[in-house]
Amino acid sequence: MSQYVLRRILIAIPSLLGISLVLFVVLALAPGDPFSELATNPNVPPEVALALRAKFGLDDPIYLRYLHWLSAMAHGDWGFSFVSRMNVDTLILQRLPATLYVIGSAQILALLVAIPVGVYAATKPYSLFDQIANTLAFVGFSLPTFFTGILFILIFSVTLDWLPFVYSTDIKGTGIRWVLEMIRQAIMPVMVLGLFQAASLTRFVRSAMLDVIRLDYVTTARAKGLGQVKVIVKHVMRNAMIPVVTLIALQMPAVFGGAIVTEQIFRIPGIGSLLISSILANDTPVVMAVTFVFACLVVLFNLIADVLYGWLDPRISLR
Amino acid sequence: MLDKELRSMIDKVAGGKMDRRAFIQRMAAVGLTAPLANQILALGGVAMAEGPQVYKPTKRGGGAALKLLWWQGPTLLNPHFATGTKDQDGSRLFYEPLACWDPDGNMKLVLAAEIPSIQNGGLAADGKSVTWKLKPGVKWHDGKPFTADDVVFNWEYAKDPATSALTIATHRDITVEKVDDLTVRILFNKPTPFWADAFVGAPNTIIPKHLFADYKGSKSREAPTNLSPVGTGPYKFVEFKPGDLVRGQLNPDYHMPNRPYFDTIEMKGGGDAVSAARAVIQTGEYDFGWNIQVEDDVLLRLEKGGKGKTIYAVGGDTEFIALNFTDPNTEVDGERSSMKTKHPLFSDPAVRKALSLLIDRESVKKAIYGRAGRTTANFLNGPEKFVSKNTSWEFSVEKASKILDDAGWKPGADGIREKDGKKLKLVYQTSINGPRQKTQAIVKQACQKAGIDVELKSVVASVFFSSDVANPDTYAHFYADLEMFQIPLSQPDPSQHMRRYLSTNVATKENKWQGTNFPRWVNKDYDAAIEAAESEMDPVKRAALYIKANDLMYQDTVFIPVQHRLKVEAAANNLRPIISGWANETDNLHDWYREE
Repeated sequence: MSQYVLRRILIAIPSLLGISLVLFVVLALAPGDPFSELATNPNVPPEVALALRAKFGLDDPIYLRYLHWLSAMAHGDWGFSFVSRMNVDTLILQRLPATLYVIGSAQILALLVAIPVGVYAATKPYSLFDQIANTLAFVGFSLPTFFTGILFILIFSVTLDWLPFVYSTDIKGTGIRWVLEMIRQAIMPVMVLGLFQAASLTRFVRSAMLDVIRLDYVTTARAKGLGQVKVIVKHVMRNAMIPVVTLIALQMPAVFGGAIVTEQIFRIPGIGSLLISSILANDTPVVMAVTFVFACLVVLFNLIADVLYGWLDPRISLR
Repeated sequence: MLDKELRSMIDKVAGGKMDRRAFIQRMAAVGLTAPLANQILALGGVAMAEGPQVYKPTKRGGGAALKLLWWQGPTLLNPHFATGTKDQDGSRLFYEPLACWDPDGNMKLVLAAEIPSIQNGGLAADGKSVTWKLKPGVKWHDGKPFTADDVVFNWEYAKDPATSALTIATHRDITVEKVDDLTVRILFNKPTPFWADAFVGAPNTIIPKHLFADYKGSKSREAPTNLSPVGTGPYKFVEFKPGDLVRGQLNPDYHMPNRPYFDTIEMKGGGDAVSAARAVIQTGEYDFGWNIQVEDDVLLRLEKGGKGKTIYAVGGDTEFIALNFTDPNTEVDGERSSMKTKHPLFSDPAVRKALSLLIDRESVKKAIYGRAGRTTANFLNGPEKFVSKNTSWEFSVEKASKILDDAGWKPGADGIREKDGKKLKLVYQTSINGPRQKTQAIVKQACQKAGIDVELKSVVASVFFSSDVANPDTYAHFYADLEMFQIPLSQPDPSQHMRRYLSTNVATKENKWQGTNFPRWVNKDYDAAIEAAESEMDPVKRAALYIKANDLMYQDTVFIPVQHRLKVEAAANNLRPIISGWANETDNLHDWYREE
C-alpha cells in the first residue's frame, strides 16, 4: 500500500511539471500586461512603465522566465505579486480560510441532502418521492450558480431583507454573536453551492444504490430475516458508497472551480475571487500560483480517490 | 478679458475694495471661474482661499462605523506604488498630502499651515520655486513628529529609479530642500505655472522617513510598512487584506479639531458596480459605493424608495472618438498607421467634419449616461477656466450628407459613398464596456444614414489599455480608423493632459508605441501653443493658450467629444461625503460626517 502511494506520488511529479509548463506558456502568451492601468495615467510617463516591465523580468524570453519560476518554486518561493507587491503565498494563505469554510460547508450540506434523499429514493424507485426528488435534482443542476446566486440575493436580501449579500471578513462582536453572524452571512453562498452539488450527487447516489440493491447478496440478507433498515444501511449502502466516495473526491477540484463564480457574486474573499481579480489585473504570478494550486488539488484528490477505493473495496488490490 | 482690467480687479481684491466672491463671479461671466480662478488671485498677489467649510460635528468621534464599498479593492497601501486610483484611495485613509482639492477645485490645507502665495512669500514671481510651511505639532500614528525631513525624504525616495515608484515623474524634475524643520522649498528647473503637483492630492501623500529610510531604492519592496501604513491621517491602520479589506480606527491625536467623525472605517473590495450600487442604495448594507458607472435607468430604479442616492462630481473626464491621421491598412517597415502614410479618407477634412456631425451626443446622453454625462463640443472640459466658448456641436445627417456631396463623395450602388475608387468604410474600435458598445451602435446607425459604412470592433479592456508592444489591438497602436475611450484628468490643470498630443509624442514602432499622441496628429500651431503655455506665468494668457490648443483640435476634428463624464458615487441618505471631481474619492475623507 505505502509502496503504491509512493509510486503514485512519484508519477505525479512529472505530470505536475507538465501542467506547470503548459500553464506558464499559456499565461505568458496571453495578451495584456500587469501595468496596463498605467498606460492611460497621465502622471506615469511610458518609460516608467517600461522600466517596471524590465524590473519584473517581463521582457525576458519565456523559457528563462519559466526556469526562474521553477527554481524559485523548488525553494518554496511562490513568486511575487506585481499588483500587490507582496509574496504570493501570503496572499493565498490569507484567502484560503474563507474558501475552505464556504466550500467545506457547501460540501457537507450537499452530502447531508444527497445521501438520505438518494438512498430513500432508491429504496422506492418511481414512487412519488422519487419523482419529486428527480425533478428537483434536474432543476438543481440545470441552474448555474451565477443565476441562483443572483436570484437568492433578490429574494433574501433585497425583497425580504433577511440576509446580507456582502460577505465580510471582519465581523463585529465576539463569542456566540460572531458565530451566528458568520453562519448568517454564509447561508446564501453555501446554499447556492451546496444545493448545486447536492442535485447531481443525489442522482448519482440513487443510481449507485439501484445497482446494488438488486444483487443476490441483498436478497440473501433479506432472506436471513434482517430488517429493511439494517439491509439498506449495512449491506447496500456500504457497497453503493464506493463509487460515490470516488466521485466526491474527484469532484472536489470542480467544487473549487464552481466557488470562483459564487465568491465573486457574494464578495467572499477566497482564492477564487483572488484568481478573478488577478486575471483582470494581469497579475501573472498570482494567476500562475492559484491555477497551479488547483492543478495540485486535482492530482492530489485523484490519488486520494484511488487509495480510498482500495480501502473501501478489498477486492481491488493496489499494486 | 483685457489684461489691464483683470490686473485692476486683482488689485481691488488685494486692497479689500472688492469682495473675493464678486471677483470670482465676474470671472465666471467670462468663462474663467472655479479651480484656477483662485490661482489667478494667488499669482496676482492675493492669497488663495480655502474652500468653504460645512463640517458640522462639534466633537471628535461618536459617528460609529463608516462602511465603504470599493468594487475594486486596494491591492497595496504605499502611495508611491499605487497602480490605480483604488490604491491611492486606500492609502489616503492613513497618509496625507500637504493639501488636497475641494469639490470646486480649490486648494484645501491638510499638512500645510498655509497655501503658498506671492504675498506670503511662498511663490516665487518667476514660477521657479514654491515654499510650503508645514503645520506644527503634527504626529505620525506612532507618536514621532512630522517634519520637513519627511517631505524631503519622499522626494528622495520617489525620484530614485531603483525604488521603482510610480510617482517618479512628479519628483524627478524637481529639487526639494529643507529650509527649517517646518519649511520646505520645491525648486523647478523651469517656470512652472501649475506648482501644486508634488505633495498635493491623494496620489502624492507623504510617507514617514523613520519607517522607510532603510527601504529606499532596490529594497523598497521589503518594507513591512508597505502593507501596514503609519501615517498622519484621521484614521489609524488596523488591518489590510489585499483586494478585500482595509480597516482603520479613529486617530485620537489627529491634527484637525473635531475630526474625524467616525470611530472606525472599513473599505471592502470585490464584486461589480451594479451590486455595489444595490448594497448602498437599495439594502443600505454599506454607506458609500465608489465609481458607480452603471446605466442611469438602473440607478433610478434602485433609488425609488431606497436607502441611498447617487451623487455626482464634475471633473474634466471626456469620452471621445479619436480619428487616425495615418493609414491603418498600409504597412510600412513592419508598422501600420505609420507616420509615413496619410489616412486615405480622413486626409479630406470634409470627411472628418461630416463625421463630427454624425455623433448624436444628446441621444448618447439620454440613452446611456443620463445624469452622469454632459454634451460637449470640446476635448478639454475643465477646469472651467480652460473650457473654450468658441466651439459648438450639432447632430445633422442632412448637413453631413451635404458636406460629403459637395466634397465629391457620391453614394455607390450599395449606398456607400465613394470617391476616386475609395469607399467610405471605417473601422471603429473601443474597449469592451456596456456604455461604449451602445455608443458604437448609435454612431454606426447615424453613419449608415449618411452613406458611411462603419465596422465595429471591441477589444477587452486589459488588452486595449495595455502597453504590450507585440499586441496590435492596443489603443496606442491604433490600427483602426476611429477609436473611443477616455483619458482621466487627474488634476485641476490641463498641462499633462494636453502635452500628450505634441507632435514629438507621436506613437510609433520606433518608440515601441509608448508615444502618447496616438491619433498621430501633427500641428505646428498646437505645438507652439502648448510650449508657450508651459512656461507662461500669467494665468489668463496661459488659459487662453490652452483654449487655443483645444480649438485647434476642434478645427482639425482630431477628437470628436462624445460626452463630458461626471464622477458617480452612491451614498447613504444621511451620509455627507465630500467628493471632488478633481481628486480621489477619499481625498476629503476627514470632512465626511453623518447627519443625525
